[in-house]
Amino acid sequence: MAVALDVRGVSLRFGGVRALTDVSFAVNDGELFSIIGPNGAGKTSIVNCISGRYRPTEGQLFYHGTDITGLNPNARPGLGIGRTFQNLALFHHMSVLDNIMVGRHHLLKNNFLTGSLYWLTGARKEELEHRRKVEEIIDFLDLQSVRKATAGTLPYGLRKRVELARAMALEPNLILLDEPMAGMNFEEKEDMARYIVDLNEEYGMTVMMIEHDMDVVMDISHRVMVLDFGRKIAEGDPAAVLADPHVKRAYLGEEDEALVDPDHAPIVAESAA
Amino acid sequence: MASPSLIPSGDFRTSYAVDTTIFPTTTSRNFAILGIILTCFAPLVFSEYWLAILIQIGIFGIAALGLNILVGFTGQISIGHAAFFLLGAFTSAYISNKTPIPVFFAIPLAGLVTAMVGLIFGLPAARLKGLYLVIATLAAQYILLDFFSRAEWFSGGSVPAMANPFSIFGYVLRGDRQYFYVVLAYVVVSYLLVTNLMRSRDGRALVAVRDHYLSAEIMGINLTKYRTLSFGLAAFFAGIAGALYAHYQLVVSNEGFGIERSILFLAMVIIGGTGSIMGTLMGTAFVVLLPESMEWISAELKGSAIDRALQLNNNLTFLREIAIGLIIIAFLVFEPDGLAHRWRQIKTYWKLYPFSH
Repeated sequence: MAVALDVRGVSLRFGGVRALTDVSFAVNDGELFSIIGPNGAGKTSIVNCISGRYRPTEGQLFYHGTDITGLNPNARPGLGIGRTFQNLALFHHMSVLDNIMVGRHHLLKNNFLTGSLYWLTGARKEELEHRRKVEEIIDFLDLQSVRKATAGTLPYGLRKRVELARAMALEPNLILLDEPMAGMNFEEKEDMARYIVDLNEEYGMTVMMIEHDMDVVMDISHRVMVLDFGRKIAEGDPAAVLADPHVKRAYLGEEDEALVDPDHAPIVAESAA
Repeated sequence: MASPSLIPSGDFRTSYAVDTTIFPTTTSRNFAILGIILTCFAPLVFSEYWLAILIQIGIFGIAALGLNILVGFTGQISIGHAAFFLLGAFTSAYISNKTPIPVFFAIPLAGLVTAMVGLIFGLPAARLKGLYLVIATLAAQYILLDFFSRAEWFSGGSVPAMANPFSIFGYVLRGDRQYFYVVLAYVVVSYLLVTNLMRSRDGRALVAVRDHYLSAEIMGINLTKYRTLSFGLAAFFAGIAGALYAHYQLVVSNEGFGIERSILFLAMVIIGGTGSIMGTLMGTAFVVLLPESMEWISAELKGSAIDRALQLNNNLTFLREIAIGLIIIAFLVFEPDGLAHRWRQIKTYWKLYPFSH
């Protein structure tokens, strides 16, 4: 299996705050990879580094062998990287349809000149072709009934789905989902989990997901990485990660002197000898 | 309140092409075409005074449309729009006077030149936002106006520049009645172009930059490019409008195009409805007609019973100015979404009448 995303020794500092410290991992093509960790562990920072919001202080990121460490965020959809946001980042005054059409931006060719002359330059034809693609996504995510609704007026669960639709419209190879199920009820989570699995299996997208709901993560992920205080503390298949003592401590705060090692300085002073 | 996007029953859209038309229904499209045709008869019906007002609404409407791209759709701000308007006017006058290029081509050329200058003054927008951008555009206003008053080769300096009358194939159009059609054609074409722009790729990108620039960037939109582009587009329409104004007045001077005119353009956009294309025209009509109607009211009041009872006399003039300010304030308080919004509500009301629930 080819490596889709290769993160090598990424560190991110904001002044004195270390958001990420020497994080390395790789996501394979076609994988459903999840990142978990307590609040403030640096999960979103990782996604921001990959999507270009932040530039890592140290380390490099490779996407299919291309160095994307310093690449402009707006050049990344062209390479095949798409993402959703943890806190909704829809275009609130646009219709759902237009929101998703914005996702086609890097695939559309018409510009302000040809677009203004709509009928004369083939812009209309192009727009309609892409409208067809967008409608396929609308069908897939069951958004038909809200197609023309203004995005800002939709309930939370639907907005999350529209955001997924917009990221799908980019036709990415690697899709980064930042807490796609946060704040959803059980049924909405179930639907979203189904969409994500379909995204991975039917559309063949490599999915990298941040999620807090452990049941969902354990059920659908191929591999899981755990972050704590900006460091990677575990990586592997879901069951093994859940059994890892480091992970248990990070989540439950268990005391365990067996964990005393230089990389993971103990929070509790070791006393047993 | 009922949903503003009411579709009459029986209106089924069976293709994406039908769903992307400018007008939601055939009836609304036919009404718009009928409206344009009726407007064509205006010179035969209206007096010179009303024609002059209509021409003003048309010309300022084009400039305000440009500003709406910048303010309404891209979420930037500019208080230097009048300077670009004037730049278009001087450029067109210069081109038609100093070169063999006829006025017919000088107008779009002036638009292009203004767009180029607009792009340059738009560059700070890539870095600045909000109040900081206001100050940067204020600089544009003063730099350009200073240039016009000093560059005698270009604008004549303190002497107003002369502009040739509009002509097609050697036939010179004279008077408001003929020039009206030139303005009408430009208004229709400009509004069509912008409507098309807003339903295609770059128009959506502009709105995306306004609504959420961070996620717009992630969607592959180059923020610097689109923020600058919106200044270019705004300046283009200001330039076209300015050029039309030059060949209408036949003389161009700095007079009346200071910062207060720039703010008046902003008022047109805000009163009409930011981010509404037809609203821009309504807002322009409002701003142009308000002083005229106040003039009319104060003329009626003069010497009337109220005037005599309150002994208004010369204070009437001041009261008129105060009333204009008050109406604009009241408007912004009670109708913050602009005339376009109110118009939609009225349409919805009549569609549902008398069963509004």
